[in-house]
Amino acid sequence: MVSHGILTMAYIAAFIMFILSLSGLSRQETSRRGNYFGMAGMFVAVLTTVLGSSVHGQIAYEILVVALLIGGFIGSRLAKRVTMTQMPELVAMMHSLVGLAAVLVGYTNFIEGGSGLIGVEKTIHVMEIYIGVFIGAVTFSGSIIAFGKLCGRITGKPVLMPARHWFNLLLLIGTIYLGYRFLGDIAAGYGLIPLGIMTGIALIFGVHMVMAIGGADMPVVVSMLNSYSGWAAAATGFMLSNDLLIVTGALVGSSGAILSYIMCRAMNRHFLSVIAGGFGTTSGGNSAEVVGEVNPIEAEEAAQLLRDAKNIVIIPGYGMAVAQAQHTVNDITRLLLKMGKKVRFAIHPVAGRMPGHMNVLLAEAKVPYDIVFEMDEVNEDFPNVDVSIVIGANDIVNPSALEDPHSPIAGMPVLECWKSGTTIVLKRSMASGYAGVGNPLFVQENTRMLFGDADDRLQALLKALQG
Amino acid sequence: MRIGVPKEIHDGEKRVATTPEAAEKIIKLGFEVCVETGAGDAADISDQAYLAVGATIADSATLLWQQSDIIMKVRAPEFHPLLEIEETELLKPGQYLISFIWPAQNEALMQQLAAKQVTVLAMDSVPRMSRAQKMDALSSMANIAGYRAIVEAAQHFGRFFTGQITAAGKVPPAKVLVIGAGVAGLAAIGAAKSMGAIVRAFDTRPEVKEQIESMDAEFLMLDFKEDGSGSGGYAKTMSKEFIDAEMALFAEQAREVDIIVTTALIPGKPAPRLITAEMVESMKPGSVIVDLAAEQGGNCALTGKDQVVVCHGVTIIGYTNLPSRLANQSSQLYATNLRHLLTDLCPTKDGQLFVNMEDEVIRGATVIQAGKITWPPPPPTLSATPKTAEQVAAMPAEVAKKKRPPILKWLGLLLGVAAFFGMGAVAPESFLSHFTVFILSCFLGYQVIWNVTPALHTPLMSVTNAISGIIVIGALVQVSTLLESMEILSGLAILVASINIVGGFLVTRRMLEMFRK
Repeated sequence: MVSHGILTMAYIAAFIMFILSLSGLSRQETSRRGNYFGMAGMFVAVLTTVLGSSVHGQIAYEILVVALLIGGFIGSRLAKRVTMTQMPELVAMMHSLVGLAAVLVGYTNFIEGGSGLIGVEKTIHVMEIYIGVFIGAVTFSGSIIAFGKLCGRITGKPVLMPARHWFNLLLLIGTIYLGYRFLGDIAAGYGLIPLGIMTGIALIFGVHMVMAIGGADMPVVVSMLNSYSGWAAAATGFMLSNDLLIVTGALVGSSGAILSYIMCRAMNRHFLSVIAGGFGTTSGGNSAEVVGEVNPIEAEEAAQLLRDAKNIVIIPGYGMAVAQAQHTVNDITRLLLKMGKKVRFAIHPVAGRMPGHMNVLLAEAKVPYDIVFEMDEVNEDFPNVDVSIVIGANDIVNPSALEDPHSPIAGMPVLECWKSGTTIVLKRSMASGYAGVGNPLFVQENTRMLFGDADDRLQALLKALQG
Repeated sequence: MRIGVPKEIHDGEKRVATTPEAAEKIIKLGFEVCVETGAGDAADISDQAYLAVGATIADSATLLWQQSDIIMKVRAPEFHPLLEIEETELLKPGQYLISFIWPAQNEALMQQLAAKQVTVLAMDSVPRMSRAQKMDALSSMANIAGYRAIVEAAQHFGRFFTGQITAAGKVPPAKVLVIGAGVAGLAAIGAAKSMGAIVRAFDTRPEVKEQIESMDAEFLMLDFKEDGSGSGGYAKTMSKEFIDAEMALFAEQAREVDIIVTTALIPGKPAPRLITAEMVESMKPGSVIVDLAAEQGGNCALTGKDQVVVCHGVTIIGYTNLPSRLANQSSQLYATNLRHLLTDLCPTKDGQLFVNMEDEVIRGATVIQAGKITWPPPPPTLSATPKTAEQVAAMPAEVAKKKRPPILKWLGLLLGVAAFFGMGAVAPESFLSHFTVFILSCFLGYQVIWNVTPALHTPLMSVTNAISGIIVIGALVQVSTLLESMEILSGLAILVASINIVGGFLVTRRMLEMFRK
């Protein structure tokens, strides 16, 4: 048995390791160490809790060992089998699990009943349960919808209900009223009904919120749900008076909040307008129709363009992830480097469906990370670039974001590839991107379109380069 | 509205603020364009060319200034030699003036302009960020200056730039040193390179190394660690040790190279003295120095402003009007910069100016608004680098609040404070201590996460995800109970959370293994 003092110390140690873990992840060189710190922290926290005085009785140990083993087994299977293109789905699903766990813990705590508390302390405790369950349920259902959207089972387009803001308000008022009822009922010794109804409302709220958000905003949603899962853990900590949970939850919560903020800034949108949903509905005005001739080319010609170029920038987008083309991209990159070309990758902050998605894919394909750059590092340099290759990206290379004030994406910083000598765009068809905005880049004089499946076309390009 | 383009009166100024191509597009924006007769002569643009695109020609400067709502010029207003009157006196209240102004150096002029109750947009104050590049006249002029510097050098240099082996003997290539690789420096590198010279370049900002090398020039490394990047893409003043090392490098290079082009400028300060008289003396006879910083006192000790001097057999060129020496080209680029600015100023395309002070670019360029001096503008936020991002960082909610009327904002703040202290009044001790921990952790998380490189955002999310599986603790402490329902719920929670923990950490590990240099 571990005494209370030792338990506290162990929790502090775990917390320190979590902080070291997050700060370790700030750079590639220290990131692996950071991850191990996280594992160690978790191990210490779980082990001391299990050995501590609050866990006793044979049944309890049986339950927890079995649950941990099954959970661990499922988790490790998932981690092994997931492909890197599915990372956003996996992360979204994991968020839903945290939400679910928070709801379960909240209910357990409710059943336990907060014995021994009186007066204000009791009220606060009850509110903590209520809020904890609410956040947990929103996280759970929101993440499930995000998961569905990311793997394409639910439409990526924003689904907008009429008067949806009023609907949200109604849900919120309902939640507050039920909270009031819950307080009253719990004093009388029951309260499962208001808590249950509220859980239902929270679930609807989560579904409704994420349904209204378009596919291009998914990076914000994923990081926002990440934040919620943290707050859910923190709320649980309050409910159980457990500082480790509070601290860790707050850490994760604020980290997710910052990520969402960074993503919003990358799209030049307000956080609230993303959350309120409905991409493009707030900016009003019609964007100019894109008129002009596209210049389609074949892989042979693209190869010739690359042979003549010295300075090449590759801009990957979600299309590369969909086509799983990252390995072919890497082969082409290696070949071009061998030919003495300068090759760089330019990554837009919201490329893909979650923050940093493109970097993970490129890393998987073993593209060296020192030739992978952020938008700001490359943007200034485009006039010196001979050829830019856009692989399955659309909105992040749309000049109308800068030039057309009526465009729904006006003001969003984009990769200004049209300033380079020639732009080769790989695309399946002329369909517009997630934002539903036409892209004048495709009809510019120095743009060449290479139509077809990204991987297939790139294979052809690779062959043409080798031949 | 009517735009007037007067003839430039500065001695030796050959540029003109609009060209027929630009005028045509400006007219399409709904403006009228009126050009003073002969304004384009020095840049090889005739009055007829303007007339052909629909502009009108004014016979005298006085008439033009009187009848225009907007005046577009190249140089800042100065004493008009023919009319014998200050150009500022020709302005009338409510007019707009768009030209180079240099508000930091011309305080008296700013006062005069403000007194005339006009609105002034300074082309030199357009913020240097990506969105404003198309109207960045400093860059477009610097580009020309850099190119012309090489042309001037070639004229005074007695040899080929390129190396040749001919029947009449071998010709070694010229060696060119470019100091300061800003826009002008890079243009000079490009021009010298395309003429076949061997080009070396030096800059205090290490990040331009790549740009220099991308132009096939050699970047001269200084074995010294100090970053010279200042704000807005300019360099800053360096430490004494750095300057000593730098001077030693220049002294060594001076003996070897044939042509030196210096472009080193630090905003708001006299140009740094980089080439001493001794270095000039050590150069080979017939060498050429082009000093692009002559306006600010020169990078070379022997530079004469606007002069070509020959010392110790070395020609030192101190022209300050290099863009003007390529008048047609620079007029075209400057006119295009102006046209882009007008396009931004006239979003409705109906020929009416709208000086939107919310727009960061227009805000930066506007130095006087209706007689009120609005220079200097607040520091730009959009082109913030990760380091300065911390300063502009605010929680998303705060950003969203900005758009609301101030009363609501204050009300919100007040309510927040009231709720905060209200909670303190009723909440028990135990809750408050938890709350303290909570708030502190939020800030800690905030500080830790800002440093994460964007490339690692996905692993960061999966690791925080795993860490939020800490919620398992909540289930663990409740599993020991006599109630079966609690046991089941807790057991489920443990199961779910442990999927998260194990899955999250393992998948992060898998991802991080891939990040290899």
